[in-house]
Amino acid sequence: MSSHAYTPGLKRKAATIVRKTRRLPIQGEVLIKKGDDVKADTIVARTFIPGDVQVVSVAGRLGIDLWETSKYMLKKEGEEVEKDEPIALVKSFFGLLKRYAFAPVSGTIERVSDITGQVLVRELPVPLEVDAYIEGRVIETLPKEGAIVETPAAFIQGIFGVGGERKGELMMIADGSSDVLTAGEIESKCKGKILVGGARVTNDALQKAIKVGTRGIVVGGIDDQDLTSVLGYKIGVAITGQEDLPLTLIITEGFGEIAMSEKTFSLLKEFDGRLVSINGATQIRAGVMRPEIVIPRPELTTKERGGLIERKEFLEQGLLPGTPIRIIRKPYFGALGVVSKLPIFLKKIETESDVRVLEAQLDDGRHVIVPRANVEIIEE
Amino acid sequence: MASGEAPTTVESPFEDVTLGVRNAIREVEELTGHKMLAPQGIIMPSKGEKEGVDLYVTTSSAGGGLQMMVAGVVKTMTAESAERAALGAGAIVMDVMAVDDGRRPYEKIGRIRYLRPDMILMAGGTDGGTVTHVVETAELIDAAKPKPRLGTEFELPIVFAGNKDARIPVREILDKAYALKIVDNIRPVLEFENTDPARNVIHELFMEHVMSHAPGYDKLMKWTPIPIMPTPAGEGRMFQTIAQTYDANVIGVGLGGATTNVYSMYEDKFVRTVSANLGMSYSICNVLKEAETNNIQRWLPFDIGEEDLRNRLYNKMIRPTTIPQTVEDLVVEHAVAREALRLGFEHHKLLARPLRGIQRRRTIADIFEQEAFEETYIDMLHVDWLAGTGGLLSHAPRRAQSALMLIDSFQPEGVTKLAQDSVFMMPHLGVLSTVHPRAAMEIFENDCLVRIGDCIAPRGKGEDGEFMKVEVHMPDNSVLEEEVSFGSIKRIPLGESEKAEVEIFPFRKGDVGQGSGKRRTVDVEGGVVGVILDARGRPLVLPDNDNERKQKLIEWFKALDAYPEGLYETCEG
Repeated sequence: MSSHAYTPGLKRKAATIVRKTRRLPIQGEVLIKKGDDVKADTIVARTFIPGDVQVVSVAGRLGIDLWETSKYMLKKEGEEVEKDEPIALVKSFFGLLKRYAFAPVSGTIERVSDITGQVLVRELPVPLEVDAYIEGRVIETLPKEGAIVETPAAFIQGIFGVGGERKGELMMIADGSSDVLTAGEIESKCKGKILVGGARVTNDALQKAIKVGTRGIVVGGIDDQDLTSVLGYKIGVAITGQEDLPLTLIITEGFGEIAMSEKTFSLLKEFDGRLVSINGATQIRAGVMRPEIVIPRPELTTKERGGLIERKEFLEQGLLPGTPIRIIRKPYFGALGVVSKLPIFLKKIETESDVRVLEAQLDDGRHVIVPRANVEIIEE
Repeated sequence: MASGEAPTTVESPFEDVTLGVRNAIREVEELTGHKMLAPQGIIMPSKGEKEGVDLYVTTSSAGGGLQMMVAGVVKTMTAESAERAALGAGAIVMDVMAVDDGRRPYEKIGRIRYLRPDMILMAGGTDGGTVTHVVETAELIDAAKPKPRLGTEFELPIVFAGNKDARIPVREILDKAYALKIVDNIRPVLEFENTDPARNVIHELFMEHVMSHAPGYDKLMKWTPIPIMPTPAGEGRMFQTIAQTYDANVIGVGLGGATTNVYSMYEDKFVRTVSANLGMSYSICNVLKEAETNNIQRWLPFDIGEEDLRNRLYNKMIRPTTIPQTVEDLVVEHAVAREALRLGFEHHKLLARPLRGIQRRRTIADIFEQEAFEETYIDMLHVDWLAGTGGLLSHAPRRAQSALMLIDSFQPEGVTKLAQDSVFMMPHLGVLSTVHPRAAMEIFENDCLVRIGDCIAPRGKGEDGEFMKVEVHMPDNSVLEEEVSFGSIKRIPLGESEKAEVEIFPFRKGDVGQGSGKRRTVDVEGGVVGVILDARGRPLVLPDNDNERKQKLIEWFKALDAYPEGLYETCEG
């Protein structure tokens, strides 16, 4: 007798349908139409966001009372100004002495305040564009916002990443899933590539990769201190993707030196040399977001694509006997196996907590009992 | 009593909170056989024995809770008062802006644009005081053109609770593009802080402008006649009710996965603080960052490498729902919890302090004691209750573990009642207490409150060889005498609802409320752990020597029978 359970999991699929909604943060113009084939760097939509505001203390500069500010303005609210153009003037000694206040930037006079004596100058609008991110076909446009792009692809989720969206050619740099990626292996040919390592990447290797212009690294694990070195600060919560980093890093297993799952490694190896899109953005909270590697597979036939949509997903089914899992907490951290039993009743574990458990048959032959909270489903 | 829980459905693909609520209620229905759900929502009022409910109350922390920015003129005066008001209303304060905070105007504008708060509270100026600086702040806010986090097409709510003379210009600047509400000044004079009007209007706006734009809340709001409160506001309300019911000074703490909330109701002053960056799962690495590895390691009675410890915590951060399977892992989590609680309380004390900016007549002695004058008004000797809630405390396999975590981090002094939440129910009882205070207190007493026991702990230090002595007049009329050496801890098995009179003879420099070395007679109450005699001294200091420290920890754990025997065998082996 078994019981059903909802469990988080990571996707690792050789073929699936990937859909990406590409949306502007504020409304703008959509540049493509439904049915268009797009490359990863095709611009899908564009808009302009309001520029920054600079504050000029006009009353202070001119030495006038605050309430007199608007009286001495040369430019009125809404007028455009050039950088260093005079915006206010006060004359004294029969016009012989002149004191100016200048525009610190080009833009528009937004506000003249007779209470604070300050003038706000808004800089010119800044253009903002959204690209397709993945190579594929536009299946829907979102008026004034963007579009949805779809492609058949191999799709792998990592557990944690830093750095945003990047595209490049996938390059296997490790021979095996338990190799450690060091600086010695990073050469100029790694420029513009998305490298696949094994169990860990060192700080030196990361620094060298940045130096040669590598766009991304996918690896099993990383020591937290190496991550701190490359970021320049310690990460406190796993909400990432906005880092000011020249490359994107995705770890597939966890922190420490942990061999990349053999299946993930071989899947990536199968697509060595292909153009891929990756995103390190991770959000671990309600509505979890994991980093991802998308490998578009336009070669799949229409029939094969249709089959992908039909397939029932493991993650939707939850844990069942036979579900492939990874144990994600000590004492079996990192072990892979399949669920063998899902007992209904709570079980007292070593800590003396009564919890829901499962029995698992591990790939290394061990049969273990673990809390259900301590496994994740690997969806293939 | 039955409880049910289910993951949130606020985000895509569901984008409707009521689905999650239905899932949780369905669990309760299955457990009790009591029908509560109908297609249109919760069945209310009840229709006989097995169908419907009398009242449904709810709190919400969806989407990370209510996130606010506050602004004032002087950082330590009006801005600090605004911060206290927003925190008291249950918000997470993302930033505190003040004219004298050292940032340039463009930096502040950039910050407002970047943070995208749900609401802004603007204070500043006493009534009749500065108008210029208040208007300057309003101009900066308007220049940033902030948009709400949920529902960008709606107007951002802004509360103005500053100088009444600045109302007209503030209205001119902000009324057009924002949902502006003007309330009484939070600091009408420097000597008085008036946070209630701001706090109340924050709750109103939370319902009208924030909640109503979150996915599914329009439906949820129709399910209950009682306004939905931010979860921490409900929790705070309950701690206030406890303080009022027992006429006691209360410190409460909610140790969550992402945040640590600390509440104090001390001599009728209510303060809540939230350490939005200290939690036991999502933000466990922030605890590591703030406390540093050595402060976590000091609570471990066994060796664990720094790298191993760090990687364990980072792995918990990225897989936050996992639970300790081994006792060793459990003790590591409890070590982190002690530091999260300690840091959370330190943050709290920074806001639970006397109002700044008041002119006081000072004597020479006061001038020498300048530092003390700046410190918190909370005196641990006069705290009557210390209560904890949150997953880690509620799920600790033995209650003695939560007792030790609370004692080690808050370091209660004198005689303090220790308690904890049995399941995560306090926020909802807080909402219930707004309409049925007696019902809320009855449920609290019978089903929610777990009395751990009273803790007797002298303030100050003893010498080696000194001890604290107690004479306990037990309920069966026997007299129990106990001596606890300085540096040690013991417990007296006095069960729940059992009471006893205790005469306490602290060590020479130990103070249990009557002065150093003075005897005190007091009535104590037992609990699931018993009466705890903590003669380790205050402040609590762990031995510098690594072996001695580990020995001490094992001694303390054993004294309270806190962990399974296997742990000590591993440590000693």
